[in-house]
Amino acid sequence: MSAAELKAKTLDWFDERTGWRMARDLMDHKVVPMHAGTAWYYFGGITLFLIGVQLFTGILLMLYYRPTVAEAFDSVRFIMTRVDFGWLIRSIHSWSANLLILSAFIHMFSVVFTHAYRRPRELTWLSGILLLGLMLGFGFSGYLLPWNQISYFATKVGTDVAGTTPGVGPALARLLRGGEDVGAATLTRFFDFHVVLLPLISFGLIGLHLAMVQKHGMSTPSGIPAARLSHMKFFPNFFLRELMVWYGVLAVLGTLAAVFPWELGEKADPFASAPAGIRPEWYFLAQFYTLKLIPSHVWIIEGELLGLFGFGALAAVWVLLPFWEAKRGGERRTRLATGLAVFLVFYLFVFTILGYVK
Amino acid sequence: MRAAAILFLLSWGLGGAALPDSCITCHAALEDGKGPASTIKNDVHIAHGLSCADCHGGDRSSDDPEVAMSKAKGFKGKPARTEIPKFCAACHSNPDFMRKFAPRERVDQFELYQTSIHGKRLAAGDTKVATCIDCHSVHDIRAVKDAVSPVHPLHVADTCGRCHSDKERMAPYKIPTNQLAEYRTSVHWEAMTKRRDLSAPSCASCHGNHGAKPPQLESISEVCGSCHVLFEQLYSRSVHKAIFSSASGGGGCVVCHSNHGIQNPSTKMLTGSASVCAGCHDAGTQPANTAAQMAGWLDGLDAAIKQSDAVLATAEQSGMEVSEAQVRLIEGRENLVKSRLALHGMQPDQMRIPIEAGMAIARETRSAGENALHERDFRRYGLGVSVILIALAILAIRGLIRRIEANQQPTLL
Repeated sequence: MSAAELKAKTLDWFDERTGWRMARDLMDHKVVPMHAGTAWYYFGGITLFLIGVQLFTGILLMLYYRPTVAEAFDSVRFIMTRVDFGWLIRSIHSWSANLLILSAFIHMFSVVFTHAYRRPRELTWLSGILLLGLMLGFGFSGYLLPWNQISYFATKVGTDVAGTTPGVGPALARLLRGGEDVGAATLTRFFDFHVVLLPLISFGLIGLHLAMVQKHGMSTPSGIPAARLSHMKFFPNFFLRELMVWYGVLAVLGTLAAVFPWELGEKADPFASAPAGIRPEWYFLAQFYTLKLIPSHVWIIEGELLGLFGFGALAAVWVLLPFWEAKRGGERRTRLATGLAVFLVFYLFVFTILGYVK
Repeated sequence: MRAAAILFLLSWGLGGAALPDSCITCHAALEDGKGPASTIKNDVHIAHGLSCADCHGGDRSSDDPEVAMSKAKGFKGKPARTEIPKFCAACHSNPDFMRKFAPRERVDQFELYQTSIHGKRLAAGDTKVATCIDCHSVHDIRAVKDAVSPVHPLHVADTCGRCHSDKERMAPYKIPTNQLAEYRTSVHWEAMTKRRDLSAPSCASCHGNHGAKPPQLESISEVCGSCHVLFEQLYSRSVHKAIFSSASGGGGCVVCHSNHGIQNPSTKMLTGSASVCAGCHDAGTQPANTAAQMAGWLDGLDAAIKQSDAVLATAEQSGMEVSEAQVRLIEGRENLVKSRLALHGMQPDQMRIPIEAGMAIARETRSAGENALHERDFRRYGLGVSVILIALAILAIRGLIRRIEANQQPTLL
């Protein structure tokens, strides 16, 4: 038997058992539309790459991290000072978490501005929005894990806000904290959310999201007639370009981690007064600043509650965007959706900056 | 009818709750707002429900001056200066009476006053000395904790200085009048007024208040030691104790640190032209050499700690995690404090122990800081190499794409 025959027989053997040729055929036939907005397609891939970075660095951090009030802070300090390249892994994990959320936001807005969420991609949109929510959940739960002063008090504020949700607020706050206040039970819970619950749900949703993208292909901007669009093969043409971008992101991550290592701060002291100028991570800052601006009472409604209602209403409109626009179609609704996205980008940008400087 | 009766009872009851005080009413009219009747509203006694008649006697309920200030009603009038302490002591030395208003207040002020220089001279007929009202004021007496009281810790020095800085007033007693000016240059004054540390000492902390008198030579170190406990313990075992406590050597702690104008101690007190040791020990003698050696140790440890601190600060500013070393350096500083303390025992061997411990910590933390800076440089070097490798990888992929696409045309679906 010649080498070529042996190779073919081996591949046949695997194909019979795994069906890998079907996946190869899918890859061979997958194409990416080429137009002025093709660059936006990279952000989905960047987000996926950063999720991979988080998974890899998170597993390494778990080798040394201890999720107890007595040991959490010291174990993170141990990682940063004693473990070989522990500082790099922890800094990359923290910076990557932030870049991941930024990339997911850019991906989401690029989808809205190109109206890629429309029929038949409603489920892709919904799974994407849910994934963004889960990423924010990862950020919120992971922030507490080093058990330092800033993270402790930021979690207190965050769970307080969750506690004002009408009806379920107090129960939700208790569920998050594992008691009346942020403490040992909260740390254990947040660790559980961060490394078990959220990853499990995320993996399922990422699978669904990618399957939907594979099924429907890449969406194209509505202004360009399909017949005039040229395409490039996903593999290897687009994939190699995406690989270049990933390398670039890796260089940015490495630079941030080496030049601006993520701070550890001081160990949390529940009996100390809250540090001055305490604020949440940047991706919650716009909402945080909005809640600060709302008076304590507007007419007979509590200010914080009104703010939560506002955010809830905005989120509901945002989530239901594909269903609302698909109902009657037309230019007017498309323009309205674009206007809403412009407003949201402007609001998030301005209020995040105001939240930092004020 | 029933309603009218209730109204009458109510108005009578309310009137009874705030009886008119004829002393204040009449004196306010007579004094035109400048006398006791106007200032007494801020007085602590009034706040406790007492009135003029409780000290001066008389009947405050009568509008008739003849009745209100009659001897039959117990009117005592204005006491003579020599009688003032006894006048105040009538209540302030009565535990049963004081318990009703200030249960934790001492009641031995009058007894102490009688043992003080002020009290003794007053008893001898010298009416220029301080009595209760000269320090506590009169008719607008505030609680000591009241920040505007002249005997509040922040104001005690100025209150004493009102008389003791007055050259003319102090001339007959032949005592200096520069104490307040000196005190205002001292570390104690700085702690009290700039850092608002009300536990910092002022005049009464060392001289006593009601029993005020100058500390005796043999008790000066005890006075200082009431706060500086460990310093006093070491000093009392030192060779200097016997010498400084004798009348000829004179003055315990004061010999080196002075009294009212105590400055921040430094190693300049041990060696050099401003050395206090040089006042007794000639240059080149064994004690002067030992003092210079101890100064060298202290300066050396101080400098080593500052160097470590600077290296760690640079590392921290570069984003390096050096908190463990910074905490360790606090122990180094504690050893510097212990060394300064040990100096007062005047036993170089004992002083070497904290000096060497402190130096070891300073070396260890400096090394930790330098390692952190090396690590920072290594990271940046590693970053540079990584970025170059990544750039090469990107270029290689770019080349690969070009090669693949050289013979490809974009597909139109």
